[in-house]
Amino acid sequence: MNRSSRRRALDLAARGTVYAVATLALLPLSLVLIYTVVNGWPAVSHLDFFIHVERPVGIPGAGVAHALIGTVITVGLASVVALPLGIIGGIHLAEYGAHRWAAWVRLASDVLVGAPSIAIGLFAYALFVAPFHQFSALAGSAALAILMLPVVVRTTEGAVALVPPGLRESGLALGLARWRVSLRLILPAAAPGVITGALLAISRAAGETAPLLFTSFGNRFLNLNPTRPISALPLIVYHDALTPYPALVTQAWGAALVLILLALIMNLASRFALRRQLRMAERLS
Amino acid sequence: MAAEVEQTQPRPPTPAPDGYRWFTSAVSLAPPLVLTCLVVVIGREAWPAISHYGLRFLIVRAWNPVRLDFGALTFIYGTLVTSALALLAAFPVGVAVALFLAEPGARRVRSVMGTGIELLAAIPSVVYGIWGLYVLAPWLLLHVSGPVSQRLGTLPLFAGPARQSSILTASVVLAVMVLPTLAAVSREVVRAIPAGLKEASFALGATWWETTWRVVLPAARPGIFGATILALGRALGETIAVTMTIGNRPEVQSSVFGSAYTLASVIANEFTEATGQLYPAALLELGLILIMITLLVNVGALLLVRRVTEPGPAR
Repeated sequence: MNRSSRRRALDLAARGTVYAVATLALLPLSLVLIYTVVNGWPAVSHLDFFIHVERPVGIPGAGVAHALIGTVITVGLASVVALPLGIIGGIHLAEYGAHRWAAWVRLASDVLVGAPSIAIGLFAYALFVAPFHQFSALAGSAALAILMLPVVVRTTEGAVALVPPGLRESGLALGLARWRVSLRLILPAAAPGVITGALLAISRAAGETAPLLFTSFGNRFLNLNPTRPISALPLIVYHDALTPYPALVTQAWGAALVLILLALIMNLASRFALRRQLRMAERLS
Repeated sequence: MAAEVEQTQPRPPTPAPDGYRWFTSAVSLAPPLVLTCLVVVIGREAWPAISHYGLRFLIVRAWNPVRLDFGALTFIYGTLVTSALALLAAFPVGVAVALFLAEPGARRVRSVMGTGIELLAAIPSVVYGIWGLYVLAPWLLLHVSGPVSQRLGTLPLFAGPARQSSILTASVVLAVMVLPTLAAVSREVVRAIPAGLKEASFALGATWWETTWRVVLPAARPGIFGATILALGRALGETIAVTMTIGNRPEVQSSVFGSAYTLASVIANEFTEATGQLYPAALLELGLILIMITLLVNVGALLLVRRVTEPGPAR
């Protein structure tokens, strides 16, 4: 075998190996999806699962309605705080982001994205649980809001940066105030990208367990009062999966299936929004 | 002309922009503020333990809530070992995915792969936990750790008895969880390499593999290193999936088939049950150690990745 064909053979072998190893990455995704659907289906195929609350083990008709509502309340309250703050912060970074501390704000946001979620739970516990001697949905929302904030800041900044500068300049040339330009012109033009970030942040918050363990704590009953402990879907998966009762384990798989579906839907919706943003940016420039 | 314009305008340019600017910049300070408070508040709450145990806390192996005898070493060990093993497994796959995704052509296949990796990142950690606990752990015991510990049990690394919930199981779950970070950041790094470098290599007659091995990977090395460290930060702080699969036994042992305990897991398991003053403070000190490690790792990684993907004029 001469040198050239040896090189070509090596190339082929290496390329094959790299591609095969890369495909390996899709294996865990399919395994997690398949097993969650197979194990969770017996639970979610009953309507009771969605409209009833927990019952003593062995009594049929148990459901996770209290956790569904808990997740909606906790994540909803967190979004009310984190989305406006994050969007305003992101607009600032994109519009005035050349000054020195902007670099620090970016670094701090990126570091906060990677901060351990359990530590954020401890932080929320120290601030919102310990002083009141009461676990509460509000404390859980605070922890989730801290998790969401940096994600929203950075994605909003990225979306606003995609808006062509001509739009901003034409607004300013018409004599509009800076705030009017950024809220009435830039933000609508960046809307799909901002929505992408918001959806990603909400999806991340809805799946978090660790920050809720000692903030919203969990609750076996339906609770609508945000100053009391409240349940959440991830907490159901975590607590029920570790019990020795097959019925509860099935229920945990069911809740896991609901969580996965929520995450996938949010993720696909955010990709759709992002694609619209890219198309819009192309058209405007 | 300019004077005329001044006169036709009844009022000077609105002072509103300044107010707007200051308002938004105040809001944008929220992330650094939260980060600072995070460290300060947890440090303050952990103070009773810090002042009581001093630096000894870092090197003591004991964890005995009854005798209030606490040390962090076991948990630091568990955290570092699982994260290191996870990276070892995820690194080749992540780099291969990055190389694959950064290639031109075959857009359909690459977009499937890209979407798959993103969805992998979207799955909540508790779902990885329940999957690791009920699917992966029994499979690993039956097909990997059981047979291997029987044949190679004399090596300390593979010593039995093999357990379902083990360092190995937790590491595999972690590897899957950090793979998206590793792959996505590495892809950005590989993409940021100037096309001219690759073209020059191809023009000299190099094959794809020679170009990748001798040009692309060396140029991407600092960035891929940064991506790995960033993934390490994620692995160190991961809580729920690890808690469900590692076995939660405060032991330091050489075998990867044995159980262990991590910083994040012990906080998750014991914090709500910790009574008195020193016990919760000791757990909070573990939290502080975890935060400091991940902060250092993340800042280092981000600076490395930025140097590659946003090349400054100084390079």
